[in-house]
Amino acid sequence: MDWLQSIDLMGLLKCFITGGLICVIGQILIDKTKLTPARILVTFVTLGAILGGLGIYKYLVDFAGAGATVPLTGFGYNLAKGAIKGVKESGLIGAFTGGVTASAGGIAAAVFFGYIASLISKPKMKKQ
Amino acid sequence: MKPLDSKKDYQDYVDKKSPNSPIWKNCFNAFWVGGLICSLGQIIMDICKYRGLSQETSGTIVSVILIGLSAFLTGLNIFNKIGKFAGAGSLIPITGFANSIVSPAMEYKSEGYVMGVGSKMFTVAGPVLVYGISASIIVGLVYLIFNTQSITLV
Amino acid sequence: MQKLGKQTIKFDTPPVITEVASIVGPKEAEGPLAKYFDQCLEDEFWGEKTWEKSESKIIKETVNMAIAKSGIASNNIEYCFAGDLLNQCISSSFGLRELNIPFIGIFGACSTFVEGLSLGAIFTEACAEHVLCAASSHFCSAEKQFRFPLELGNQRPPSSQWTVTGSGAAILSKTGEGPYITHITTGKIVDMGIKDANNMGAAMAPAALDTLICHFKDTGRSPNYYDAIITGDLGHIGREILTELALDKGYNIKSNYNDCGVMIFDKEQQDTHSGGSGCGCCATVFSGYFFKQFKDKKMKRLLLIATGALTNSTSSQQGESIPGIAHAISIEM
Repeated sequence: MDWLQSIDLMGLLKCFITGGLICVIGQILIDKTKLTPARILVTFVTLGAILGGLGIYKYLVDFAGAGATVPLTGFGYNLAKGAIKGVKESGLIGAFTGGVTASAGGIAAAVFFGYIASLISKPKMKKQ
Repeated sequence: MKPLDSKKDYQDYVDKKSPNSPIWKNCFNAFWVGGLICSLGQIIMDICKYRGLSQETSGTIVSVILIGLSAFLTGLNIFNKIGKFAGAGSLIPITGFANSIVSPAMEYKSEGYVMGVGSKMFTVAGPVLVYGISASIIVGLVYLIFNTQSITLV
Repeated sequence: MQKLGKQTIKFDTPPVITEVASIVGPKEAEGPLAKYFDQCLEDEFWGEKTWEKSESKIIKETVNMAIAKSGIASNNIEYCFAGDLLNQCISSSFGLRELNIPFIGIFGACSTFVEGLSLGAIFTEACAEHVLCAASSHFCSAEKQFRFPLELGNQRPPSSQWTVTGSGAAILSKTGEGPYITHITTGKIVDMGIKDANNMGAAMAPAALDTLICHFKDTGRSPNYYDAIITGDLGHIGREILTELALDKGYNIKSNYNDCGVMIFDKEQQDTHSGGSGCGCCATVFSGYFFKQFKDKKMKRLLLIATGALTNSTSSQQGESIPGIAHAISIEM
């Protein structure tokens, strides 16, 4: 159980509160604006990419860790960060390859698991 | 008030008649479920780093595990119940992105594996990739052209 | 038959509703009206591979049940009017393709059942001995077509309605025992600019009001002529709006008005928000509950107003508002 020592409780608290608050912003948008889930997700990912590009989101990531990277704004931030890294390493072409490279794991996992789930599972009616 | 005089009057009247979402309760549930999902990510992250993995690899592992977990729960017909309870709390974290890919994949299985699963998989999440990737390319191009101090901070 | 006023037809020899049948899904089977339905399913698939097939099977079995109960040989039934919510009405046309009765497919969104009864009544008085009318809807196939995948973890707003899984069928005859269709009032399309697909009741209420007032004006009747005035699927919000708007126009329907979408589910226990909706809502509640009220002589005069939202997912994505429609029939014993 030595890995338990690796967990930073203060960091975890910051993560919990930041992640929770980002979700609350999303909830307010859902309840007040009647945006569909797809629009909410698009808003968050684009916002994350812009804030990432402006160098603002990095502060939030430094402060809250996964509390800022796990929400979809973090996905957008990761894309933007990757694009900038790509530009630094290989110039113009890096702008196109960098973003997707940085988030390839997540995208590939979602597609693959989605396919697997459709093979083995059937949708069921919501009881509620 | 004569609600049927104009469309605007009727819309105002309907808005008054329609119940609002229980926003305080929804926000509270979104807060703690969302916070919990992020904390789970943080714990996985800490363990990965403790094992000596880099920041980036750890981040990818966190995404893959949370996406896998979300796909698993969606497949077990559980995620929609969590989503109904938590709203944005499970939608906004990467789990919501995974659910939005897995759920249409399952739903459209009846239209076949190519045009059903394969193409409808992106009905909800496709726009996220379109806008996310496009935004990142624009950020990269802006960085390439201006290369200003504020951006190099990243 | 003769025309009264602008939109109402009065029948000289009113067609008889000789037999009905209803089949509902598992959620409806947990609702307050469960004991009135002929059959309650245990799962939404009913042994089929897809929801579309399941819905086809539901309407097919309901129609077969109505024919069997009536004792009329199916080759003596001269016309069939049926419809549903799926694109190009595939549930009814696929479900009834082996029926071998001249088929007229109709679409009136959730008003389809009463639209079918109206047309069926005209055919019965004009030329046919027996006519069959049916309508169906299925929660899962409707969600898939109009909203989101079932497994998507989204929240339904409080004004949203729950599509009823089920089908109702009725057989109209020239002669026989049962309640009569004495008048039909065909509604106009009314659009008050509501765009929220999660608030169908509010979008359809003005159409219901228009048809209601038109019926009273054309027939010279007043609300208290009827034992009950029943709308199809306005739900809790739509019911409240219609009650208020009618009062505003000088028709007090408070004491004898209810809505099928309100009746079929228990709002608190079943978490159905504003109530039931869909073609199957009005069809099953009439075929299940109200027909038996007539048979048991607990009811003599019913005004049934089925409401429909004439929208689809393309029109709502393009930001169009939701046109509503409502058709009324007066059923008397």
